[in-house]
Amino acid sequence: MQLSDDVLLDMHHRMVRIRHFEEAAGRLAEESRLPGFLHLYVGEEAVAAGVCAALTDDDQISSTHRGHGHLVAKGGDFERMMAELMGKSTGYCKGKGGSMHICDLDLGMLGANGIVGGGVPIAVGAGFANKYRDDGRVSVVFFGDGASNIGAFHEAANMAAALQLPVVFVCENNEYGEFTPRDRTMAITDVVDRAAGYGMPGVIVDGMDVVAVHEAAAEAVDRARSGQGPSFLEAKTYRFYNHHGIQTLGMKYRSDEELAEWKKRDPIDLFEARLAESGVLTAKDAEAVHERVAGEVEQAIAFAEESPLPEVESLYEDVYSGVAQ
Amino acid sequence: MTVTEKEARTLAYGAAFNEGLRQIMEEDPDVFFAGEDVGKAGGVFGSFVGLNETFGDLRAVDTPISEQAIVGLGIGAAVTGLRPVVDVMFMDFMFVAMDQIANQAAKLKYMFGGKATLPLTITTSAGAGLSAAAQHSQSLEAMLCHIPGLKVVMPSNPYDAKGLLVACIRDNNPTVYVKNKRLLGLKGEVPEDLYEVPIGVANIVRPGSSVTVVTYGRMVQESLKAAEELAGEGVDCEVIDLRTVQPLDIDAVTTSARKTGNIVVVHEAVRFGGLGAEIASQVQEQAFDYLDAPVGRVGAPFTPVPFSPTLEAEYVPNADRITEGIRETLGM
Repeated sequence: MQLSDDVLLDMHHRMVRIRHFEEAAGRLAEESRLPGFLHLYVGEEAVAAGVCAALTDDDQISSTHRGHGHLVAKGGDFERMMAELMGKSTGYCKGKGGSMHICDLDLGMLGANGIVGGGVPIAVGAGFANKYRDDGRVSVVFFGDGASNIGAFHEAANMAAALQLPVVFVCENNEYGEFTPRDRTMAITDVVDRAAGYGMPGVIVDGMDVVAVHEAAAEAVDRARSGQGPSFLEAKTYRFYNHHGIQTLGMKYRSDEELAEWKKRDPIDLFEARLAESGVLTAKDAEAVHERVAGEVEQAIAFAEESPLPEVESLYEDVYSGVAQ
Repeated sequence: MTVTEKEARTLAYGAAFNEGLRQIMEEDPDVFFAGEDVGKAGGVFGSFVGLNETFGDLRAVDTPISEQAIVGLGIGAAVTGLRPVVDVMFMDFMFVAMDQIANQAAKLKYMFGGKATLPLTITTSAGAGLSAAAQHSQSLEAMLCHIPGLKVVMPSNPYDAKGLLVACIRDNNPTVYVKNKRLLGLKGEVPEDLYEVPIGVANIVRPGSSVTVVTYGRMVQESLKAAEELAGEGVDCEVIDLRTVQPLDIDAVTTSARKTGNIVVVHEAVRFGGLGAEIASQVQEQAFDYLDAPVGRVGAPFTPVPFSPTLEAEYVPNADRITEGIRETLGM
């Protein structure tokens, strides 16, 4: 597949947006300027960016507790995201959801999810609606290696295959379920082995290579869109920061050497080197993208900090919808 | 409503459910249903019979035995614009799907700052009395009523079975519609037209002046029998069918309690931590000065539902137990 410069630059932009947003969120959390838990996506940018670049604005995604990257990749607005992380009324969820429930239904982003695997059946339901309406939309499920051990995942994967729904399962295998390595919780190395059990095709891609992710995702999305049912994509990737926050409790559950090895394959560095080599984006131009995005993040932080906190009365709002029709 | 000759047709509770579903599916192309055995087989209790033939596999969907995925299917389809009905075959199986019901469906709208709309109906079958034992007989409504974001209805007769189903499907919130298995064959008048019984509105099924009996689901029929029994002794029971247990029509209950001065709550569910506790508490908060006696409660004992008919008969509340409970409250 020959990708156009526009697609390459678009994916680069999505990755850089995720990186800067997450770095800033991590810093704010370390300075105790964000309430609650924060699960950072740094290191895994190529997965969300590569997959979402294969989607239209109408396609849906469901996300995980590590969901900021997915929302940014789907086109999320920095200001409303940052305001939500700060619990402000201008946030995506009016300060009711926070990091773990951030969403933008207008962008087809059906929500981060505080329950591991909880979003998988929901994305399959969106896929069902797409098939029901025959509108050509595709629904993508992002989930981790850890979620592949929970019942909801297995039920939903089987159902998507049994009903031949337009769904793409994207496993972000970052080798750790919270603080426990994969080899202590699974007897298989490749999560994609499970796809065969549901009767769906599956492939493994280098999750640090955005082009590889994108090509595999585009193929799976095409299959789904053309009525050929669900597919499974396993992206081998790595979390550069801790399960939550940057350092959190400082638990030693993985070695510095292992982290350093993975960081040598930083997905943004790898991609920028490739873009520079092929003349699509010079180092100087890449730097300009970083600067521009960093400025947008700073602007979003200022917006969020200046935004009002929710009125306490809003506690009682939106538990239920009003009368139907 | 005016009962015309045409409307005075009788239908069984299960058939009323089926007719309501069929009519709303004819009316609204966004309505579909999905669940175990509900398509080609027509449902284990026959509730969905004939619908797959009319509406096809995409609107009358057979699913794997996967309660989490069934409810999730409904959530995802609802949040993207359809109006799904998903069936959890037995209420006991809701425990298998509780993450999707309680953590996802009930909370999405709130967590998303009001943005999500979930016109989702979860239908299920509850109740003991069929020797179905501990995992196919429970009444678990208290658990659902404790979760903000859900609405829960428990029809007691064919008219409500149809009207509440229509109201649930048209509602823009996740609703849980609980059939009682022992009521499926109960016949009653059911209008042929499509109509709604409003969610959250109780029904005084027997006016009276001596004592208020608050109940719902199958215990409405048993409470009416108890009321007849006691009428012979000069006790005039007012029987209130809550119809909806979340939201609770507490005004109807307290209004009646103020009038009669005595109240007994009856449910098939386990007494401990049941809805009776909540109702008793709210009534004493709002109408304490009007009460002549502590609020009585009749419910199942604190045991799993047993298998043997002898044991099950001892377990499930019935007209005799309700009569006894009312007598106790009235100091008779």
